Amino acid sequence: MKQALVLGIVVAVAAAPWLPAAAQTPDPTAAEFDKFREIMEQDNPAELFEVKGEELWRARRGPKNASLERCDLGLGPGVVQGAYAQMPRYFADAGRVMDAEARIVHCMVTLQGFKFEELAKQPFSSLVRTPDPVSLVTYVAAQSRGMKIAAPRGHPKERAAYETGKAIYFYRAGAFDFSCASCHGVDGKRIRTQPLPNFTKPEQAIRAVQGWPGYRMTGGVMHSLQWRLNDCFRQQRFPEPGYTSETLSALLTYLTVNANGHVYRGPGIKR
Amino acid sequence: MAEPMKIRATLQGDVADVRVLMAHPMETGQRKDAAGKLVPLHFIQSITAQLNGKTVFSADVSQAVSRNPVFAFKVKGAKAGDKLSVTWQDNTGDKRTDELVIRAGS
Repeated sequence: MKQALVLGIVVAVAAAPWLPAAAQTPDPTAAEFDKFREIMEQDNPAELFEVKGEELWRARRGPKNASLERCDLGLGPGVVQGAYAQMPRYFADAGRVMDAEARIVHCMVTLQGFKFEELAKQPFSSLVRTPDPVSLVTYVAAQSRGMKIAAPRGHPKERAAYETGKAIYFYRAGAFDFSCASCHGVDGKRIRTQPLPNFTKPEQAIRAVQGWPGYRMTGGVMHSLQWRLNDCFRQQRFPEPGYTSETLSALLTYLTVNANGHVYRGPGIKR
Repeated sequence: MAEPMKIRATLQGDVADVRVLMAHPMETGQRKDAAGKLVPLHFIQSITAQLNGKTVFSADVSQAVSRNPVFAFKVKGAKAGDKLSVTWQDNTGDKRTDELVIRAGS
């Protein structure tokens, strides 16, 4: 019986010599993309935005002519090193949980005197314009390169944000009756050539954090997580979420906490 | 206004592996803006690299190169402490130079 089975396999292999050897690994296409991304990461144009973000961080700007060097990203005023890996977190001065970009925008408003309405008018990058918060969040994120994701869960508001984020993640609605989990709730799904990670699992949830903020080669534009989530809502035909709103911070809390313990490799590069 | 480049040089023996990231829109002159008007040509035309003031690399570049391009080349005879400067000039006459002191290889 066993011999017959072995023979069967040999015949099957012999009869299908055109099958590439790589077809035996789970997803050869994804593996090739990962290789490509690894090469591209060595010279990631995101670093240009990192440099620009650092300039913006130190420069005295806005109506109050202040720099962001007094901005508290959760580890004390002015501490940038490792702050990104420990956000979203609860900020007592704002009374809510904030993700990195929400916090930076908060600092730009409170410390530098920028108007939130102005910043929220065109918050996303285009071919001709990269908004300052995007460059700033790229700089801040880069200062957590190589560190472990450790979004705090100590404060009740942080735990509540996680639960809210989880509820949003699984909430089905809209013209397509979609939820985040429709695309990102099962293993092994893909859309065209893009594999869709299952963010409910820790080992895959890191892919919601890793690579963001990211430089998109198509068009050569730097994008932040605020943009990414906004676009997810658009693709689900949901109402547009508010820029740096608590909704997005909650969703980011859910995604980031799921990825806790994994190493963040810094701003990424996208197809 | 020209924004800073990001230059990296890794020394292996007497060969420096240089990688330069440049921030530039690299407009091809073919693209139309939201109003339907052609976006004028705007691209890096020439690049030169100098090691301690001596030109070691020069290139003429066309508009076929991507936005925010990366250039990589090797410089023979480089040693730790050498000053490497890279300059680009675009078709509008805008230029930018950035410098780097080569550090000992690991």
